Amino acid sequence: MTEPIIEMKNIEKHFGAVIALGGVSFDVCPGEVHCLLGDNGAGKSTFIKTMAGVHKPTSGTILFEGREMNFESPRDAMAAGIATVYQDLAMIPLMSVTRNFWMGNEPLKKVGPFRFFDFEKANAVTMKEMARMGINLREPSQAVGTLSGGERQTVAIARAVYFGAKVLILDEPTSALGVRQTSNVLATIDKVRKQGIAVVFITHNVRHALAVGDRFTVLNRGRTLGTAVRGEITPEELQDMMAGGQELATLEGSLGGTV
Amino acid sequence: MAASADERLKEVSRLRRAMIRPELGAISGAILVFVFFLMVAGDSGMFAPQGIQNWTVVSAQFAIIAVGACLLMIAGEFDLSVGSMIGFAGIVIAILSVQWGWPVWLAILVAFTVCISLGAVNGFLVIKTGLPSFIVTLAFLYILRGLTIWLSILTTQKTVIGGVRKAAEGDWLAALFGGKILTGFFQWMGDQGWIETFSRGARAGQPVVEGVPMLVVWALGLIVFGQVLLTKTRFGNWIFAAGGDAQAARYVGVPVNRVKILMFMFTAFCACVFATAQVMEFGSAAADRGLLKEFEAIISVVIGGALLTGGYGSVVGAALGALIFGVVQQGLFFSGAESSLFRVFLGTILILAVILNTYIRRIITGER
Repeated sequence: MTEPIIEMKNIEKHFGAVIALGGVSFDVCPGEVHCLLGDNGAGKSTFIKTMAGVHKPTSGTILFEGREMNFESPRDAMAAGIATVYQDLAMIPLMSVTRNFWMGNEPLKKVGPFRFFDFEKANAVTMKEMARMGINLREPSQAVGTLSGGERQTVAIARAVYFGAKVLILDEPTSALGVRQTSNVLATIDKVRKQGIAVVFITHNVRHALAVGDRFTVLNRGRTLGTAVRGEITPEELQDMMAGGQELATLEGSLGGTV
Repeated sequence: MAASADERLKEVSRLRRAMIRPELGAISGAILVFVFFLMVAGDSGMFAPQGIQNWTVVSAQFAIIAVGACLLMIAGEFDLSVGSMIGFAGIVIAILSVQWGWPVWLAILVAFTVCISLGAVNGFLVIKTGLPSFIVTLAFLYILRGLTIWLSILTTQKTVIGGVRKAAEGDWLAALFGGKILTGFFQWMGDQGWIETFSRGARAGQPVVEGVPMLVVWALGLIVFGQVLLTKTRFGNWIFAAGGDAQAARYVGVPVNRVKILMFMFTAFCACVFATAQVMEFGSAAADRGLLKEFEAIISVVIGGALLTGGYGSVVGAALGALIFGVVQQGLFFSGAESSLFRVFLGTILILAVILNTYIRRIITGER
């Protein structure tokens, strides 16, 4: 495998007396999907927010393309090429797909002394990029609200990729989706990986992780329980690690292995 | 690829596409109102040149403040201090020009500067405190109204300050708010017999409508500016984004705070245009001017299809809402109806508009 594009070493994050992260190490390479798994409260959100520049780590180092980075804000991280797609904050439903896609990066054309939003270019690029992700829009001016949850995630992912993301952080992109939409999003993740982008995929669903992941890191109570490579771990083992083993094994027995 | 996309385009029925245009309600409302008054007041002079001028001016007044309120509402905020700002700006102009003897152009410029700064204060407080703009601007509704009355009584012992017309004679900036344009054209139309002319008195031979009041020019200018800004520019996209979901907008680098504060300033600018034109028209300022204007502006905007929650709306719609307002208010007068019924109409149409808008929003966002 190639050099990691981003490397997080011994990241600790304390909120007052609470130790949210107690020394987490994690890295991801270009063209790789690294899944970050963990139950609720394991520290996944805190960890990716540290990576995305929302939180500053209490201690530990972040190496981006081999250089040590200190992100002061999400903008810094974005400028470096780390894009985050949040589960519910990705899109504005009342605005059109084009307006959403270009939000904050609107293309301009000059007419005399004025500069206008270049809708012609924006619409064409939006349609093309969406088609590349496997979504044929009816029209670029349709409101995002008319898209399904999976399609909305895909627009957000396509947007991040188009604007030059090198690392794409996906915060539980599949947790609110149905079966078909989930598989569409997973297919999108696969397409993004094939473009050589490093993907950090946060989920608490083992099956979704195993479907596209190359490596799997499990967080539990603010610590890494270990990293496994694809093919070296079974779904059962992964599930066990996530839930902290014991209790779930008992529960699973009584539920007949359906969890 | 393109062909298949086109095929799918037809799945959206025309009706449905028309339904999700924010202006739809306002367009049908405007047509309805015109048809109604053509029937009940068609022979009352409402649609004679003077009558047309009459409701055009009233509509233009509504439109000026509606454009500001519209952009602000789409950006996700309210300004309830617009009415008080109108009274305040007028008194500032009158005190400076009549009481202190400043040139009128300077008084107008100072009023604009003060109002736009107050707009910025409104916006700044909303952003910094995180309080709803409803509360912050409600406070300014009282503060500014109180200051206006106090300043007026302090300097003149009266709440009405006259004499502005005399002070404004020959002033270049005052003419931009109080004058009329195309007077030659209207004189020519009068000479041709296309519009009535006075037959007796000092103005014999002059047309009954001398020209297009600057107030109407301002209204049209602001409507075009607002519509282009909102739908054709990068900043317009930021206005939608700031009101649609401020957090999502911030995540992609939209300067939400700047957008909102600028919109508060623009709303204040519009209020000041209204106030200046009114002072120039009446030749006086009064401390109670602009009462309830903030609500009338908001109602125009809502009739125009904007959502109270922000992120969706249309300047053209708001302008049509203002037109509906003007026509109904003056139409009730022309048809001899009780003028207090106007308020009944306002309340009713407000509720209907909000219900329609909520329904449309469900269609757009797919909630159904």
